[in-house]
Amino acid sequence: MTTPLRLKELSKKEDRFTHGHRMCSGCGAPIIVKMVLLASEYPVVACSSTGCLEVSSCISLLTAWKIPWIHSAFENAAATIAGTETMYRALKKQGKIDKEIKFITFCGDGGTYDIGFQSLSGAMERGHDMLYICYDNGAYMNTGIQRSSATPFGADTTTNPAGSKIPGKLQKRKDLTKIMAAHNIPYVAQASPAHWQDLIKKVRKAFEIKGPKFMNVIAPCNRGWRSRTDDAIALCRLAVDTCYWPLYEVENGVTKITFKPKEKKPIVEFLKPQGRFKHLFKPENEWMLKKIQEDIDHEWELLQKCSVVEEKAKAEEK
Amino acid sequence: MGKIVAVTGNEAVAEALRQINPDVCAAYPITPQTDMMQRFSSFVSDGKVDTELILVESEHSAMSACIGASAGGGRVATATSGPGLALMWEMLYVASGMRLPIVMPVVNRSLSAPLNIHGDHSDAMGARDSGWIQLWSENAQEAYDNTIQAFRIGEHMEIRLPVMVCLDGFIISHSIERMEYLDDNVVKAFVGEYKSLNPLLDIENPKSYGPLILPDLYMEYKRAQHEVMTKVKDVVLNVADDFEKLSKRKYGLFETYRLDDADIAIVILNSAAGTAKDVIDQFRAKGIKAGLLKPRLFRPFPYEEVADAIKNVKALCVMDRADSFGAYGPLFIELCGVALHLQERPLMINKIYGLGGRDFMPEHAELVLNELVEISKTGKVKTFKEYIGVRE
Repeated sequence: MTTPLRLKELSKKEDRFTHGHRMCSGCGAPIIVKMVLLASEYPVVACSSTGCLEVSSCISLLTAWKIPWIHSAFENAAATIAGTETMYRALKKQGKIDKEIKFITFCGDGGTYDIGFQSLSGAMERGHDMLYICYDNGAYMNTGIQRSSATPFGADTTTNPAGSKIPGKLQKRKDLTKIMAAHNIPYVAQASPAHWQDLIKKVRKAFEIKGPKFMNVIAPCNRGWRSRTDDAIALCRLAVDTCYWPLYEVENGVTKITFKPKEKKPIVEFLKPQGRFKHLFKPENEWMLKKIQEDIDHEWELLQKCSVVEEKAKAEEK
Repeated sequence: MGKIVAVTGNEAVAEALRQINPDVCAAYPITPQTDMMQRFSSFVSDGKVDTELILVESEHSAMSACIGASAGGGRVATATSGPGLALMWEMLYVASGMRLPIVMPVVNRSLSAPLNIHGDHSDAMGARDSGWIQLWSENAQEAYDNTIQAFRIGEHMEIRLPVMVCLDGFIISHSIERMEYLDDNVVKAFVGEYKSLNPLLDIENPKSYGPLILPDLYMEYKRAQHEVMTKVKDVVLNVADDFEKLSKRKYGLFETYRLDDADIAIVILNSAAGTAKDVIDQFRAKGIKAGLLKPRLFRPFPYEEVADAIKNVKALCVMDRADSFGAYGPLFIELCGVALHLQERPLMINKIYGLGGRDFMPEHAELVLNELVEISKTGKVKTFKEYIGVRE
């Protein structure tokens, strides 16, 4: 039986990712891992790519994972878990395993958008029955806040420092959620731990769908974002309310926005509390703030259009 | 029992894999291996094996998927060549560090640049320090036999290490030879049921694979990998004994050919050993005591046993189908290690031959043996390292 989607009920469940891990206080990643593992009663095998979560959750003789877990390298979490999932199918076919087991990866944006992209794309195309979860904190945080292709335009990172000539990262982030949707896999979603019910529902839905699933989850890193340690969830909420990180899903090609902010907040509300965007508020960089807002408006517009069109099409089908 | 066939090296190894019927295989095309896993894919499509095949998007993913699958708790194999092995390099260390008994035929090929697809040992030599067991094969028969034995060796409960089975690209992989297949039931019984150790898919007993190990413990892990390698020789010999009982074919840590009373000898790997043996016969016919040693187990390297085998040789040529630019060839360097175990060591020279598929001809072996005759007479070495069969 699935636990009712109430905090009171969920809090009674045993954590499958325990306390004692060494993630920084205020980090978004372990919150996401806990939520995902709380979402379902299925036995789960997890895989992580090299990164903060991996180095902080299984060190030496200690592990925070109460479920089977594997890390093999940085760029290959999707291929690694694809191997385990395939072995599962092989042994199940031979009658050596009878349980229904689910396979998940938890990887950062570096291991997903950049170095692990080929492995991810390949695993999704091959149709492995797995859920790939990217916790996107927008930079290589584990190695010390270097730029990734998930780093937003304008952000200050250690390899894109906001200097006197170059004001931070000058390229837009890769829209990986859409790229994964373009793989025509059965389920792709974007989620935020601030909207935990939405996140858990998406994980539950993903588990009931056979085949490859991808979820992109925003994960604040106060070290890299230069924000307060107790601001993670507030920032996740602002990311959604400003439409910087819209909550939506693409199920069998049908795009659906799962949460529409009542009032779309200006992007500066998301940028202001983060030191990585501090330089954007200098008068000479005003154009950058303008551009960020314009890009968000444009993308939100596009997403709404595609979502509406699909909803209409569905209605027409009926 | 058994069946005499005329097959290519790739076909023979694919047949061994069919008979072994691994739980999971990963495959990615690369010349000259491609046709091996292509043949195996047909076995999958035609239901001749139960294997779940993962047709990955790169060799890096092939090895990664094998790691995930092997950790899962079943029998796993893949195959590769040259640049494919180079792309796997990072993951080779992970496979051995996690002590996963993956078996991988390596159809030896050169490395770029310049691009070349032909037989050369640079690929496997580059992987010699990765913690894998390496078995080398002269011909299709040996490649087939080594593949079958590799599973028993790697999966041995006291070993649990990945194994590479090396065979020469094109020269062996694509040439048709006469050889013997064992019966399916004989192979299955020899290899036996897979025994898992700490399987990731044991949900009731969760395991964490691939921890971060800091300087306080890392060295102990690496030392343990060395320790287990010291047990491999015995297991290889025991498995070879069992294999001989059912195949009548004898395997050891290396093969010696007319070496017992030899004054001069060649040390050479894989297919070129066949050519060299013919020329040794010619020299023996002339009354010259020539012999040959062909390593089979290259990792771990049997230093003491090789030392014992060559202790009476006066002049020795170690032939490398791979180079270590600015140094001696990799096999020669091993023989320098062997020399440490000898009170009186032979005079030794190193020849680099056959790179990128350059033919190794009988006249090359003849040239080498003549030089060894000269060295054994004069006691003088003119040049330690030289290229043969190369345009000047």
